Amino acid sequence: MGRLAALGAVLLACLATACGDGESSGSRTLNWFIAQQPGGALQKIADRCTQQSEGRFKINIELLPAQADAQREQLVRRLGAEDTTIDIIGMDVVWTGEFANAGWVRQVPEDRRAAVSENVFDSVLKTAQFEDKLYGAPLWSNTQLLWYRKDRVGDTPPKTWDEMIDKAEEIGPAEGQIQVQANRYEGLVVWANAMIASSGTAILTGPETVGLNREKTERALEIMARLGASNVHAPDIDTSNEGTSAIGFESGSSSFMINYPFVYSSAKANAPEIFEQLRAAKYPQVDASQESAPPIGGFNLGVSQFSENPDLAWDAVQCLVQEENQLQVTELEGLPPVREDLFDRKQVQDAYPDFADVVKESIADASPRPAETPAYTDLSLAIQRALHPVTKIDPKDVGATYDVFKDDVEKAIKREGLL
Amino acid sequence: MSVAVPPQAGAAAEGKKQGVSDRAKAERKLGWMLCAPAVFAMLLVTAYPIGYALVLSLQNRDLRFPDEGGFAGLDNYITVLSSGLWWSSLGNTAFIAIVSVAIELVIGMILAMIMHRAIFGRGVVRTAVLVPYGIVTVVAAFAWFYAFDPASGFVNGLPLIDDDKAWFGERWSAMAVIIAAEVWKTTPFMALLLLAGLTTIDEGLYEAARVDGATWWQRFTKITLPLMRPAILVALLFRMLDAFRVFDSIFVMTRGSQDTESISIVGYNQLISRLNLGLGSAVSVLIFLVVLIIAFIFVRGLGTQTPGED
Repeated sequence: MGRLAALGAVLLACLATACGDGESSGSRTLNWFIAQQPGGALQKIADRCTQQSEGRFKINIELLPAQADAQREQLVRRLGAEDTTIDIIGMDVVWTGEFANAGWVRQVPEDRRAAVSENVFDSVLKTAQFEDKLYGAPLWSNTQLLWYRKDRVGDTPPKTWDEMIDKAEEIGPAEGQIQVQANRYEGLVVWANAMIASSGTAILTGPETVGLNREKTERALEIMARLGASNVHAPDIDTSNEGTSAIGFESGSSSFMINYPFVYSSAKANAPEIFEQLRAAKYPQVDASQESAPPIGGFNLGVSQFSENPDLAWDAVQCLVQEENQLQVTELEGLPPVREDLFDRKQVQDAYPDFADVVKESIADASPRPAETPAYTDLSLAIQRALHPVTKIDPKDVGATYDVFKDDVEKAIKREGLL
Repeated sequence: MSVAVPPQAGAAAEGKKQGVSDRAKAERKLGWMLCAPAVFAMLLVTAYPIGYALVLSLQNRDLRFPDEGGFAGLDNYITVLSSGLWWSSLGNTAFIAIVSVAIELVIGMILAMIMHRAIFGRGVVRTAVLVPYGIVTVVAAFAWFYAFDPASGFVNGLPLIDDDKAWFGERWSAMAVIIAAEVWKTTPFMALLLLAGLTTIDEGLYEAARVDGATWWQRFTKITLPLMRPAILVALLFRMLDAFRVFDSIFVMTRGSQDTESISIVGYNQLISRLNLGLGSAVSVLIFLVVLIIAFIFVRGLGTQTPGED
């Protein structure tokens, strides 16, 4: 009975003060849909912005699953149903075209564009645009580096993929494995796109035009096939992802790994001895005479078309992406900021000791995935199907794979066929 | 899975005769009234979505392109049926369904006989057998996935198994794990249905056979199997329909790679990933038709009777 009375009292108190998002208090709740990050930075920056708004809004984080495709699936179902509870959307760099084209997110208002894009890398800004219009405010970036073991590779890392595979074969499969991500999932598209871009061509040259220069694409595929056919790829290459690559590297069987910077803190925690030998270099080149075009990841913040408080939401976004918040994300999550002028700050230098410059250069040179097509999901599925498993691509006859690949890409951007 | 028992089968049979008594009429009316809420609920939750899927499947509808639309006729069906992916995934589904149901039938029969004959600890035996069926399929799929995953699993640590074996990196080993997970998960269901059939057999028949000198095998093939035919067919029907919709294990373990795609995975890709409602609905309708055909073959071709029929 006592408990019931207490509950009643709480309920009454709630009613009196308009628990949660009462309009009477003048503060509106803005729902921010984004996946949780393990370091807890997102909650911190949301709370900070809530405080700085001085009671105008309260940012409430609605957690999405950890996997990017699962996040998208949940978001698009809500957006497709015009759900008004979504205000701010954490958008993966490859969703912009799809969300903007469907009319689910708003363009960044003219008067806010400068604030959210000041000093932001061009490559990052490109991921927030669709048809030359800006739809997102970049919050954090990401890129892949070449990670290698100094004790096995020496002080000079290989510059090209061919040099790397040569070196790995010299070390041998017991200790020289190269970790990449080649399961049939988005990570394979990340790899393929970086290889194709580094080779000097592009999967798409416009929302509906396929690039894929034959000679250059075949060169990129040849290297992927070479690794697939060699004995220095990880035994689980056909099911590998970012996590399995890191675990494989930490087990000691590998000398090289292509992966995001999270592997640095991961190795530090899980394999201190290997961590001692861990060094970072820029993504390997396809062609010795051409700089590589590394992958780019990260999240941009968009405002839902169906939000009832778009102005407030933009205020919140502008607050969330400001300098100190970007740095907090770097500090707690190890994710790079999107502004190039922040790379000499302490948080970045601490997160990437000795290799902050490599991260910066990598993001600057990065080539985004072909998300300019609103049918990116179709394109991604088609690329995955055409190239998986890389161990079955014949390095001596990549022409056959090229034909299938190009044909599938052409069909996918027209959204044809089953995938 | 629920089993609908036709109301008052006896009354319905009587109704065909001339001069239905008032009492029979009243009973029939009561029967209809009693099942009306269920019929209404079924129409609401199954007939409406099925009808809506049919309508969608005839349209060009893609959530990502809200301005498009319009009647597509049979285009979506033509796209699906002319795609190699549909047929290969249909083949995969049939393979997984037939192999897993066959294994389940054998193991389920053994388990049913053990449960039937268990003298002491009956409750414990039956509960133990049922444990896998009580586990959520996705959870079971993850358990099997992690067991066979080279990085975290214990399976590669077992003797005679290569430490590096990437189970999900190759088609047949991936299929084997998927089927094993399916079998582990649903054999108890099969065993339960078979046990129900087993308990209906008159013990006297076995005694008579034993007196006549029939061996164990003869008793099994001449008494148990023929008398259990209806129960076996029902169990096979239910499990076959179920197995044809296999999704969770594949989604968790391979997401359809290594050519392990089932038709449900294909449907998921079109509907949930691509948001292509027209194409995805066409896949769903085709899956529905496939399941309907299987049910038809079982009921008409093999004479399966659903419980409650005479």
